[in-house]
Amino acid sequence: MQDLGLPPPIFAWIAGASEDASRNLANIPTVILLLTTLTGLGFALMIGNLLRRQPETKVDPLIVRAFNRRLTAWFTFTAILAAALVINPTMVVALFGLLSFWALREFITMTPTRRADHRALFWSFFMFTPAQFVLVGLGEDYVLYFSTMIPVYASLLLPARIAFTGDHKRFLERAAKIQFGLLVCVYSLSFTPALLDMDLQVYNPDSTGEADRLQSWQGSNAGLLFFFVLIVQLGDLLQFIWDKAIGRHVICPKINASKTWEGLFGGVISVGVLGAIIQAVLQVTPFYTPGAGFMAALIAFMGCCGSLTMSAIKRDRGVKDYGTLVHGHAGVLDRIDSLCFAAPVFYFVTRLFLGSAGI
Amino acid sequence: MRLTVPVLAFIAKLTSGATLRWIDCQPDTCQRVYFANHTSHLDALVLWASLPKDVRLVTRPVAAKDYWDRGSIRRYMASVFNALLIDRKEIKVHQSPVDLMSKAIGDTYSLIVFPEGGRSSDGETGKFKSGLYYLGKKRPDLELVPVYIDNLNRVLPRGEFLPVPLLSCITVGAPIWLEADESKADFLARARQAVLDLKDV
Repeated sequence: MQDLGLPPPIFAWIAGASEDASRNLANIPTVILLLTTLTGLGFALMIGNLLRRQPETKVDPLIVRAFNRRLTAWFTFTAILAAALVINPTMVVALFGLLSFWALREFITMTPTRRADHRALFWSFFMFTPAQFVLVGLGEDYVLYFSTMIPVYASLLLPARIAFTGDHKRFLERAAKIQFGLLVCVYSLSFTPALLDMDLQVYNPDSTGEADRLQSWQGSNAGLLFFFVLIVQLGDLLQFIWDKAIGRHVICPKINASKTWEGLFGGVISVGVLGAIIQAVLQVTPFYTPGAGFMAALIAFMGCCGSLTMSAIKRDRGVKDYGTLVHGHAGVLDRIDSLCFAAPVFYFVTRLFLGSAGI
Repeated sequence: MRLTVPVLAFIAKLTSGATLRWIDCQPDTCQRVYFANHTSHLDALVLWASLPKDVRLVTRPVAAKDYWDRGSIRRYMASVFNALLIDRKEIKVHQSPVDLMSKAIGDTYSLIVFPEGGRSSDGETGKFKSGLYYLGKKRPDLELVPVYIDNLNRVLPRGEFLPVPLLSCITVGAPIWLEADESKADFLARARQAVLDLKDV
């Protein structure tokens, strides 16, 4: 391909070989982090299964079951993500594309739409969703396109498409449902695989002046992605533990009876500390140690926002979780709501501080 | 043919995200008439595709001849599902649809029927036509099984040709039979209610 000069990016994308593909390959700290997580989850699953089998236990069996289900989902997701990371960055993009598609499916199934929205929905599923992930797969050069396509083009064109049908009943509500579904399930989630292609900089420790204050980061983007996913899930887990341990003051009983202020603050602070520790030990991210702690706390906070927001929608629709929405389906959206809310914030804040191409 | 059936069934299940629930009823190859609410062109296809393979092989959807006999793709599809095409327009005295159905299924096949006669455009279930009553009267040996199809009208509403891949659910309920001295109107109302009751199970 080199003989042909610069290949169009689409070929590089199909072949999975961007010029700096080595950056996406996992380095040693990333592999250590992955293996530690998988082992830790394996142990936790074993303990969970032991607890489940105890005939007389002091722990509420319902909590144990919820806990085990979450752990299993987490373990499966981590294992698939690790496999995809090993094979090819494009696989990761495709994996998140499928997740998005399924999440949007659940979201739209839950929110009632009218006959006239059919075409707009078709566009959302078969045009905007695939296009978003193709653009993300093309890499950072296309950041302007994948960060504006849904908020600008889809958000304006879809309501227009509904308007063309002439059905004006509850128009704003219907348009907002489709826009919000795309924003959360597709746009936001797509920033997780976008982390794989990001030129980042780090502060130069032996800088002599303004000119060489920053230098290019040599770490692995796969590590950054995995750090992000791990922190989101640790955030969910620790908030759950703090809620059960010392939770007294429920934030909003009508929306979610289990989320407490203690859980929120305890979760955010402890995840911040954990994030800083992971960074100090393994150096998987381009952040300073306190910076990594701050980012981890931010992720945990956004994750909590995500769970609460999606809970509010579910309460309004009168469903308990997306899994029971249609009988027999696993609720993908229940598992990834915090991921959806944290991903774009993490991506853009990282870019804001360390991106080499500006925002 | 051997390949297209599983492939088509798989595609149908994938686009409609259908789950099949059996409530007070088990999948069986005994002769049955599955009667369901009708909201989408996909109804017969998805219900048929969701049935277990051995049940599917002996189940024939009843479809409108004026629609499925037009064009080679539709004809081919109808032959794949082994559909029983019934003429809605020209009903002859000696060849009534019920006679045709009864003859076509013999003592092996089951049927999928939509007693509303056509698709409702608003998702509401309309009044049942009398065919189900006459079928039950002529063939008292058949189990009449109510089926409720949920959300498929959003996957492919009336008048659209491109599906939106939402999730749908098909609920199969306990069989009913025509009672000895039950009037036509009573039976049809009871059958319709049996379908609607499955909505909230």
